[in-house]
Amino acid sequence: MIAPTKPDLVTVNVDGKDVSVPKGTNVIEAARLVGVDVPYYCYHPKLSIVGNCRMCLIEMGMPAVDPATKAPIMDPATGKQKINWIPRPQIGCATNASPGLHIRTNTPQIKDCREGVMEFLLINHPLDCPICDQAGECKLQEQSTGYGRGYSRFIEQKNVKPKRTQLGPRVTLDDERCILCSRCIRFCKEIVKDDVLGFIDRGSYSTLTCYPGKALSNNYSLNTVDICPVGALTSTDFRFKMRVWFLKQTNSIDTESSVGANTVVWSREGIIYRITPRRNDEVNDTWLSDSARDLYKPVRATDRLTASRVNGVDRTLDMAINAAGELLNAAAGAVAVVGSGRSSVEEQFLTRKLAEALHASTHLVSRVGEGDTILISADRNSNVRGALVTGLIKALPSAKLTALAAAIDGGQVKAIVSMGEDLTMAGLTAAQLAKVPIVYVGTHQNPTVAAAKVVIPSGMVFEKSGTFVNQQFRLQKFFKSVPPPVGVADDLVVLAKLTAAVRGGAVPSELHAVWTLLAADVPAFKAISFSNLPETGLLLDATAFAGLPFVEGETMHFQPAKANA
Amino acid sequence: MAAPQQRRLIFKHIDEPGYTNDLACYQRHGGYEILKKAVRMPPPAIIDEVKKSGLRGRGGAGFPCGVKWGLVDRKSGKPIYLIVNADESEPGTFKDRYIIHQDPHQMIEGVMISCWANNVKQAYIYIRGEFPHGARILEKAIAEARAANLVGPNLLGTDYSCEIYVHRGAGAYICGEETGLIESLEGKRAYPRIKPPYFPAVLGLYQCPTIVNNVETLCHVKHIVDMGGDEYAKIGTPNNTGTRLLCVSGHVQKPGYYEYEVGKITLGELLNEVCGGPLPGRTFKAVIPGGSSAKILKFGETFTLKNKDGSTRTLTVEELPMDFDTLAAAGTMGGSGGVIVMDDSVNMVEALANINAFYAHESCGQCTPCREGSLWMKKITARMVHDTARADDGVLLKSVADQIAGRTICAFGEACSWPTQSFIAKFGDEFKSYPETKKVAKADGALELV
Repeated sequence: MIAPTKPDLVTVNVDGKDVSVPKGTNVIEAARLVGVDVPYYCYHPKLSIVGNCRMCLIEMGMPAVDPATKAPIMDPATGKQKINWIPRPQIGCATNASPGLHIRTNTPQIKDCREGVMEFLLINHPLDCPICDQAGECKLQEQSTGYGRGYSRFIEQKNVKPKRTQLGPRVTLDDERCILCSRCIRFCKEIVKDDVLGFIDRGSYSTLTCYPGKALSNNYSLNTVDICPVGALTSTDFRFKMRVWFLKQTNSIDTESSVGANTVVWSREGIIYRITPRRNDEVNDTWLSDSARDLYKPVRATDRLTASRVNGVDRTLDMAINAAGELLNAAAGAVAVVGSGRSSVEEQFLTRKLAEALHASTHLVSRVGEGDTILISADRNSNVRGALVTGLIKALPSAKLTALAAAIDGGQVKAIVSMGEDLTMAGLTAAQLAKVPIVYVGTHQNPTVAAAKVVIPSGMVFEKSGTFVNQQFRLQKFFKSVPPPVGVADDLVVLAKLTAAVRGGAVPSELHAVWTLLAADVPAFKAISFSNLPETGLLLDATAFAGLPFVEGETMHFQPAKANA
Repeated sequence: MAAPQQRRLIFKHIDEPGYTNDLACYQRHGGYEILKKAVRMPPPAIIDEVKKSGLRGRGGAGFPCGVKWGLVDRKSGKPIYLIVNADESEPGTFKDRYIIHQDPHQMIEGVMISCWANNVKQAYIYIRGEFPHGARILEKAIAEARAANLVGPNLLGTDYSCEIYVHRGAGAYICGEETGLIESLEGKRAYPRIKPPYFPAVLGLYQCPTIVNNVETLCHVKHIVDMGGDEYAKIGTPNNTGTRLLCVSGHVQKPGYYEYEVGKITLGELLNEVCGGPLPGRTFKAVIPGGSSAKILKFGETFTLKNKDGSTRTLTVEELPMDFDTLAAAGTMGGSGGVIVMDDSVNMVEALANINAFYAHESCGQCTPCREGSLWMKKITARMVHDTARADDGVLLKSVADQIAGRTICAFGEACSWPTQSFIAKFGDEFKSYPETKKVAKADGALELV
């Protein structure tokens, strides 16, 4: 665990309340600390300041000092130092905390400013909330309720703009709803460095669009939808699918790489509708790749495994477990357990326990791709470090199981347990698969499933709770969002039952009980439990793994040299 | 009492028979002698002279030029840029164009002196897109001056080098706002920057310290170096020194360019005597004294102004001296020197519709109040003129304008709301009775703008 650096604190006064904030904090954030809401549209904590929406106007003042002597000028009425208030309202987003700064947000002038901006933003807005996807999570709705006048004085014709521009493969733009805050433009320019968006035309006729010949097609385009404060930018995928207020939000983790971006999974009645980023200033800020948002789609895929099978025939889970137990006991001492870098920490731990009970060798398959330097790292397994920390593996995995292949051919391995890994992808031939009985625990159809003697379906990441260890050695937890399909048991239950079916094995199947065991068994997890793990994760002591040649390059909030040092 | 005589500094030779805009003619009339004098002076001495002169910017805001130069961050180690703001777009203002067309070398000499004084190695002339002819004249004049070693490397045999580049705008009023201009010069949309932190004197062009001065202002620098700051400060009135160019347009007998000592001529003298008074059979109704964004003055209204000793004086519109401070005290501004005169033939609703159409068209669209408010005001006045007018539209107009002024990124917010605010304040009755007026007389069809 790394101690945060002590920032320089300054005291500012917000609506009469003193608050200490780090120097340079802007007024919006400072006010938030004392529970004062300064409304805004264009400001975003992770983007540059443009100050164009004018919603965060505040009154600002500094303590009065005598220009000659620098002595404070006192106000005889209050006995305190007099405050020189600037008559013009200032924008809170671009006003940084400095010692003695006073701000007022509750004066008639500020009320009038906010009402004015709200009225201006709405006069050319189509007010089509009943058919707008943003309804329910729209800043314009929220703030017109909170700070608007509630009636309109506008009787002129509204501006007409393009209604459904395809900015790219995943983003649809309704220009009439756009309030021209420029968040999306700044995001593409500053975060993705893919400067494709801009305004054309002038004044109220300004229109958001792509540069000629360009498209908003980068793998982060859907973040523009997230940060769009109104319903202008919408996800083509999510558009018109579901009202957001019906959706249940569950915290989760992106599994597409070892970055471990924090996410929220939005579901209703067991069906997932979308995935959005969850702010974590140490991992993904407020961003998420587009590819990570598609990860829920295989949940309802047609090739999903939903029934336990023995020798190609559907069986109950217990029958399959018994068949697997017999098969593994028969081969005890000559079993290979292929774990997964995509399993949770708890599953990897129980996989290790199963392997130990069987005196089996353990293997892991690596997946290496190209990192994008933003939120996708080269390691496309989400939890290789979890396998290291839990002791499932001792060295970094490789992409091909050559040692296992040789052991099959040499007759040293007489049975295989695969935790969701397609062994053909890991370099084993069909002939090798045919030589040994395979117990496969996984989610989707693949050649290994076809070759396996026992197949036990398991849950996807959205269907269970657990933890991952990301590239920073940050332990992060995810929660069950939807129930698994009928006939699919929790992975921990499957692993516990399997271990029980094996001679000499017994482990708990309940998450918190597994954690009690983990905390006792794994030094890095000492004093940690699933309940006390913070939502933004916990950095583990990684000194034991410092020398390993991890494949990740630089990504957001991660520098490989630092991690290895 | 006869009107005072013009005091022509900038226009000294302009309009003289045979005076042309080439280098030879300029040098025959003593051109570039002041630059030769300047490069023998230490730069801080020139800045001191400009400070002593009390010269105030002629672009519109009237900010003291010496103070502006004094704010420049000279310790950053970054280059300092000078930008000539030739984006003269304020309706009613046409002085800079005339200087560029008739006497470009005078401006270039002023620019080079200012560059020398501020150790500027690169100067840009940002000229509005609608001045193609002016841009060509400047290009030619700079080439002439460069050939004569008056611009460019090793200026006049010194080891000081300075280049001037002409950059043409693409036709946007907002490029006259100095930070909008800088953005445009950098190749971006001319969105004015937020201040703080982007004060041009510290974080200007390419995030370097930058001086942005109006064409006329830089011409005055030449005359300040010529006569000395103290001597220059004797022209005009205290705190309103020098001469200034006044562009009179509208309903007078002799509209045109005039150059007077600041504050030495009253509005009445200018309009009635110099410009020959109203057109036959007409009387003056209103005047905008400093470009269309300045607040309008209504003939017949009086102003009670404070004197220095605490006493007060009451002035009519005709008695207002044309200086920065008095006009500001009268609730309007000297602005860019564009005096727009309206006689009793003008309907104020229709006049405001015209002005609002301009500002709605020119709002850059960056910040909410101006972007939405300017178009809303335009839509209201256009509806009043071309469709149904309501008696209480004036009240709504003023309320919209009040929601803009003082709440925007740049001064355009004031520029687009001051006309509406002042028209309603002074001619509110005309707005109230406009629905009735329209039944009698049809609106002027020529007002169909934008």
